[in-house]
Amino acid sequence: MADLTTDFLGIKSPNPFWLASAPPTDKEYNVRRAFEAGWGGVVWKTLGAEGPPVVNVNGPRYGAIYGADRRLLGLNNIELITDRPLETNLEEITRVKADYPDRAMIVSIMVPCEEQAWKDILPRVAATGADGIELNFGCPHGMSERGMGAAVGQVPEYIEMVTRWCKQYYDKPVIVKLTPNITDVRKPAAAAKRGGADAVSLINTINSITSVNLDTMSPEPSIDGKGSHGGYCGPAVKPIAMSMVSEIARDSETHGLPISGIGGVTTWRDAAEFISLGCGNVQVCTAVMTYGFKIVQEMISGLSQWMDEKGYTSVEEVVGRAVPNVTDWQYLNLNYIAKAKISQDDCIKCGRCYAACEDTSHQAIAMSEDRTFSVIDEECVACNLCVDVCPVENCITMEAMVPGEVDPRTGKVVEKDYANWTTHPNNPGAVAAE
Amino acid sequence: MSTPMTPGIAKARLPTETLAENFDDLHAAFAPHEAAVAADRCYFCHDAPCVTACPTDIDIPLFIRQISTGTPEAAAKTIFDQNILGGMCARVCPTEDLCEQACVREMAEGKPVEIGRLQRHATDTLMAKQSHPYERAPETGKKVAVVGAGPAGLACAHRLAMHGHEVTVYDAEAKAGGLNEFGIAAYKSTDDFAAREVDWLMGIGGITIKTGMRLGDDLKMDDLVGCFPAVFLAVGLGGVNALRNDGEDKEGVRDAVAFIKELRQASDLAALPVGRDVVVIGGGMTAVDVAVQSKLLGAQNVTIAYRRGRDRMSASGYEQDLAASKGVRLMFNAQLVAIHGNGAVREIELEYTADDGSGLKGTGETIRLAADQVFKAIGQTLTTDGDLELEGSKIAVTGAGRTSLAGVWAGGDCASGGDDLTVTAVAEGRDAAMDIHATLMEGA
Repeated sequence: MADLTTDFLGIKSPNPFWLASAPPTDKEYNVRRAFEAGWGGVVWKTLGAEGPPVVNVNGPRYGAIYGADRRLLGLNNIELITDRPLETNLEEITRVKADYPDRAMIVSIMVPCEEQAWKDILPRVAATGADGIELNFGCPHGMSERGMGAAVGQVPEYIEMVTRWCKQYYDKPVIVKLTPNITDVRKPAAAAKRGGADAVSLINTINSITSVNLDTMSPEPSIDGKGSHGGYCGPAVKPIAMSMVSEIARDSETHGLPISGIGGVTTWRDAAEFISLGCGNVQVCTAVMTYGFKIVQEMISGLSQWMDEKGYTSVEEVVGRAVPNVTDWQYLNLNYIAKAKISQDDCIKCGRCYAACEDTSHQAIAMSEDRTFSVIDEECVACNLCVDVCPVENCITMEAMVPGEVDPRTGKVVEKDYANWTTHPNNPGAVAAE
Repeated sequence: MSTPMTPGIAKARLPTETLAENFDDLHAAFAPHEAAVAADRCYFCHDAPCVTACPTDIDIPLFIRQISTGTPEAAAKTIFDQNILGGMCARVCPTEDLCEQACVREMAEGKPVEIGRLQRHATDTLMAKQSHPYERAPETGKKVAVVGAGPAGLACAHRLAMHGHEVTVYDAEAKAGGLNEFGIAAYKSTDDFAAREVDWLMGIGGITIKTGMRLGDDLKMDDLVGCFPAVFLAVGLGGVNALRNDGEDKEGVRDAVAFIKELRQASDLAALPVGRDVVVIGGGMTAVDVAVQSKLLGAQNVTIAYRRGRDRMSASGYEQDLAASKGVRLMFNAQLVAIHGNGAVREIELEYTADDGSGLKGTGETIRLAADQVFKAIGQTLTTDGDLELEGSKIAVTGAGRTSLAGVWAGGDCASGGDDLTVTAVAEGRDAAMDIHATLMEGA
């Protein structure tokens, strides 16, 4: 079984699966049980400054988006940072870390954008023995209205400034958690790096309204007839998170900056994908809020099995493996030509590929009287929509054409050489290939 | 009180509570959550095979999507647009041979979407909420006679009334409903559903039902044709095939159809006598219905004796399994030779059969089974043809139910073509109504 031990910023954990700063990590009882279940580390739910704790709403805090059979695909929340006294949290963190020295214990912090506020809290956090801190510059609701959370994360200069304070007053690793509610995630990531951050973690949640109650005309979750945007997370945000992670991983300014991947990690496979895109570990929340702590067992066994099958002996070996293959559209090989192929043995004759292609794409699937569906190569542009709507995995595949063959759609020979848009004759800005 | 062991034909073999349980809904209605889970399994296929398999062409993917998006009433409308008896069909259709057999998930996983139960969920929801979902078109002043208030006749009458015609429905029985009311196993149509469905259907207006009027007796074809510009015959199959064996006239031998009818109309199942050793001769749905219900009434031993092999049995595999699960013994390749007994039946004698490709033949080897009650379920026959041309033993029809006589249409079990199923009867009644409507409105 592959060794999943992870060293992230010098912080060791038995596996790369950490719990993200969120309700599951709000108190000692939960975190102890998470560690017993096998989680490699936790980021303790965000602490605020000394004084009266924040208050939460006393109505619904979560809204959801479902797939078939009410499978939870997206969750949003309007919960704020911890609403328990600072001292209580610090005492509990101290006790838990002492009892679980082999697990990663990171403390998430969100205090006002004033140097003194950070100067005050950091020594107290350091005294807990925690392994590092995560700066919550991401929460998009409630705290951002008070100049914290995403309000900081949306201004690179503030990120840099606060990160610098933290590096000044705290001597263990500082992770900056980024908000996706911006136009270019590379800017705040670069700011964090300039400020001295040891790593970034992303994504925090996305501004969202999950649904509108059509009887009361209130957004959900509804508090006494009114709703506010909440932070969206869960499987639905994974593609957005992975794109942002990859941007940071491959940008020249931020390349090599350690990343803790967050956003819809639900299975070992999701984790492996984030890691391949440059993450040193992953943080999980929605999946445990849906299924409980036990899922980490599947994540551990699945990642181990896959690594064994691929011959990887450490998580480190996987980190960033896919990054070189993330590129810009203009560099994609326009000479690569594929065609859809339908396996008649696997086809269950539902006709969804036909409906999708006929109604909305390229009319490249033929349907016979006896419901045999076949691809019309003369029309197929290999868009993949048929694959995406087919209910049977691997029933429809995209088969690459061999160089030298003639593409029946264009009548042109498939070239073996790579050629992209930058040199394409239709591109007015093309550089002549001389 | 008697028990299953009591010899002869006896009442109250089981306690009243047990009888009530036995004759409860075969498939309980879906709770909303169950319906949501079941509906989520539908793939919304293109040109869906389930629709092709449905004799009434109900847009099944659409109605299931309507259920899954929280509008079972709209789903019911989708169903009723094609099949006004969609409530009954949801209960009695052999879905395992029709839509659910065609379902792509049957092919993929051997577990089809539960279309029948979803249809019931939709239709029950709407019928419970609303008096009647259709409005009748302005009256045309045209009158149509429908003979037979079974599924074909009712479907035809409703469609005609909806188009503004004035419909008189005649039926030989004291109650409308046909086989929905008098045939069909009781556990498929509980809580007097057949009668409630007729009442609900009548909500369209423009339909008058006259019961106790039998074609050939109280009702003459000439009079009908003289009084109505269009007549639709849906008289079903009123006769029962005879066994033509020695001892058929012995006490304890009776028609399965008559027994089921009595059972369906019984207000107290404990008052209905049934044998200790029951033998059913036949291999169709009626054979299964009478066998299972005999068992549920408390018969000790119930055997279905069918002269051909299992593969030839017209009762579906599902129905065969149902019978077996209730404790009915299925005997194949056993043909009736004689019914023995002194006055009342005591034993039946069967001969094993084999088919070597040249037709079914007795092997000469016989077996005797104890029997104090024997049900004949070897098919029904047309008893009234209204002097129309026949095709085989049924009224010959072409197109949408046109008979050899102008102005007379026919559909359902009495007419040629199609399977003898409720849903097929509904389709034929509906289609004949549209043809009658078009004919009546020609030049109007």
